[in-house]
Amino acid sequence: MKTLSKFALSAAAAGLIASAGASAGTLDDVKSKGFLQCGISTGFPGFAFTDDAGNWQGFDPAVCKAVAAAIFGDTEKVKYTTTTGKTRFTALSSGEVDVLARNTTWTFSRDTDLKLDFVGINYYDGQGFMVPAELGVSSAKDLDGASVCIQTGTTTELNLADYFRTNNISYEAVPIETNDEARTNYVAGRCDVYTTDASGLASTRSALEDPSAHVVLPEIISKEPLGPLVRHGDSEWADIIRWTLNAMITAEELGVTSENVDKMATGTDNPEINRLLGSEGDLGAMIGLDKAWAWRAIKMVGNYGEVFEQFIGKETPIGIERGVNDLWTNGGILYSPPFR
Amino acid sequence: MSQSIDYQAPPRQSFSIGKIWTDKRTRGLVIQLLATLAICAVVLYLAGNVVENFQKLGKPFGFGFLQQEAGYDINQRLVEYNSQSTHLRAAVVGILNTLLVAVCGIILASILGFILGVLRLSPNWIVNRLAYCYIEFVRNVPVLVHILLVHGILVHSLPKTRQAIDVADSFFFTNRGFFVPKPIMEPLFWLVLAAFVIGVVYAFWYRRMARIKQAATGEQSPVFWVMLGSIVGVPIVAFLLTGMPLAWDIPALKGFNFKGGMALRPEFLSLWLALSLYTAAFIAENVRSGIEAVNKGQTEAALALGLPRKRTLNLVVIPQAMRVIIPPLNSQYLNITKNSSLAIAIGYMDIVATIGGISLNQTGREMECMLIVLGLYLTFSLVISSVMNWYNNRLALVER
Repeated sequence: MKTLSKFALSAAAAGLIASAGASAGTLDDVKSKGFLQCGISTGFPGFAFTDDAGNWQGFDPAVCKAVAAAIFGDTEKVKYTTTTGKTRFTALSSGEVDVLARNTTWTFSRDTDLKLDFVGINYYDGQGFMVPAELGVSSAKDLDGASVCIQTGTTTELNLADYFRTNNISYEAVPIETNDEARTNYVAGRCDVYTTDASGLASTRSALEDPSAHVVLPEIISKEPLGPLVRHGDSEWADIIRWTLNAMITAEELGVTSENVDKMATGTDNPEINRLLGSEGDLGAMIGLDKAWAWRAIKMVGNYGEVFEQFIGKETPIGIERGVNDLWTNGGILYSPPFR
Repeated sequence: MSQSIDYQAPPRQSFSIGKIWTDKRTRGLVIQLLATLAICAVVLYLAGNVVENFQKLGKPFGFGFLQQEAGYDINQRLVEYNSQSTHLRAAVVGILNTLLVAVCGIILASILGFILGVLRLSPNWIVNRLAYCYIEFVRNVPVLVHILLVHGILVHSLPKTRQAIDVADSFFFTNRGFFVPKPIMEPLFWLVLAAFVIGVVYAFWYRRMARIKQAATGEQSPVFWVMLGSIVGVPIVAFLLTGMPLAWDIPALKGFNFKGGMALRPEFLSLWLALSLYTAAFIAENVRSGIEAVNKGQTEAALALGLPRKRTLNLVVIPQAMRVIIPPLNSQYLNITKNSSLAIAIGYMDIVATIGGISLNQTGREMECMLIVLGLYLTFSLVISSVMNWYNNRLALVER
């Protein structure tokens, strides 16, 4: 018995040492392994999809690419892990991914109880409903008794329950694991309604055979601020993601685009642009990177507006208006703290 | 005398550390001890690692979250539940859904399996080849594929709600499930239930008496017919005498969906059918091997003694075949129960989907939820095993 407990103690001690070694700063880990491990969704047209060459593209991977550009100067140095609504937080807190950029709603309990840190908001969303036009439904209040397809493990599931309960509407929840399965079930008529974030509805609708045969109802029943998040407890790493996102938003505000960033980086009359792009001061050193970090992110990925228009904007099949996701100077609510 | 001295002397003379290894008995002990220590060390290391990682993440460990409001809805619930119920309640709903599909699956798989197993031995070439093809096809395709296939067929090929296949205005078949009338008991119905209980008790008492009588006098009684009459007939008579105290809640299309009646959702149906069809193929092979294991001489001897064919089958072949069939049957029943966790693929709300899925995700308590799920499956499996072992022991050859 004595031998046993000694053995156990030393084994446990070995475990302590082994795992303590792995908990250095995430930035150092990422630098030493040479790539960023990024958690994304299993596929959402416009937000995360694979292009013809099989590479991940979209509004969410763009965040990871910008971070990789800031750290390594190479947007290819990202490895993607697809996560479902259910597996995403486990993947992040277990260290399987370094950052989660996967249309995830920032909520109180996720930020605190789940020990995660949301670093910003890259899309202001809200939950909506999509129904086939032939049902003739014009409001979510008309949905009494309907079957509703819903992705499990999401905030939408809770909003749905709350909304229908407070409005005294009965419904049948049809739980679905991924967006693709939800679409299949919706098309087959297993459910009358598909509910998810309005951006997701626009994205799903665009991929249907005849998008015009489906309508998105006017009700938006929740606030869904979507943004990238990291594990609790490594503020330096959180800073890098937060300020890369802010750099993209600020760049749009200051008129810096991937086209003109090279010219602007040589120096301008605007000191904030100079600080952002590193020709004045050394903000990069404060987050453990070099002077040109933001320049690389903007050069290689683009500013917020460029990314928005490239993947989900009006000219794309998704066709989302900027709306609240426009800059505060243009009537939206995007507002980055200053680079100073 | 000298022999016994020779026998005792060597161990005393040559006791040394090396002997521990060369002596077969002590070597066995040492190996077992080392193996036990190694296993304990691995378990302790893993547990320590978990505790340490939890501390590092600053995550508390506890089951208090089970009392929090779940906040999500579950479509198939056998007990009262709504989105304001607790996670514990959601877990109970999940447990009942798992048990429902497991029990239904076990029953259907057994029936199909026994029929297929017998068909497989049919002297009719076409019949036994068909059974053979079915078994080989079904058991060589993963069960998840069966589940997705059946779900796909149900959801995509059955009509939508408005075009429901209508049978006698009370049974409706749609891609959202089968809607059937639901019996509602009226106050007098308990008399029918009481009649049923009395019938069952009488039937078994009668069987016991018949056996005693046969043992004493050799006279046989019509046990089967009396049992059938008292178990089925008596409740039917009571039902008619009390004026049929059973109402039917018939489903009807209201708005988007059928309301009223009982709904067998495509998720339940596909999981149930797929698990049953899949496991039936394995059970069929168990049954075939069990029947084939009974020596032909047994049948011939029974016939030579003048037993009719039916009695030969009932009294000689089947009891012996069952001894071979039961142990592997146990593991098939366990498989059905465990495979039901694949429900997640089609959104059937079992334990894995409720407490091990949505609750886990909403509360972030992976470790606690997974421990609960693990404990539950372990309990189910142990219960099924012990019931089957009890049955097996009853059937086992009494060795004298």
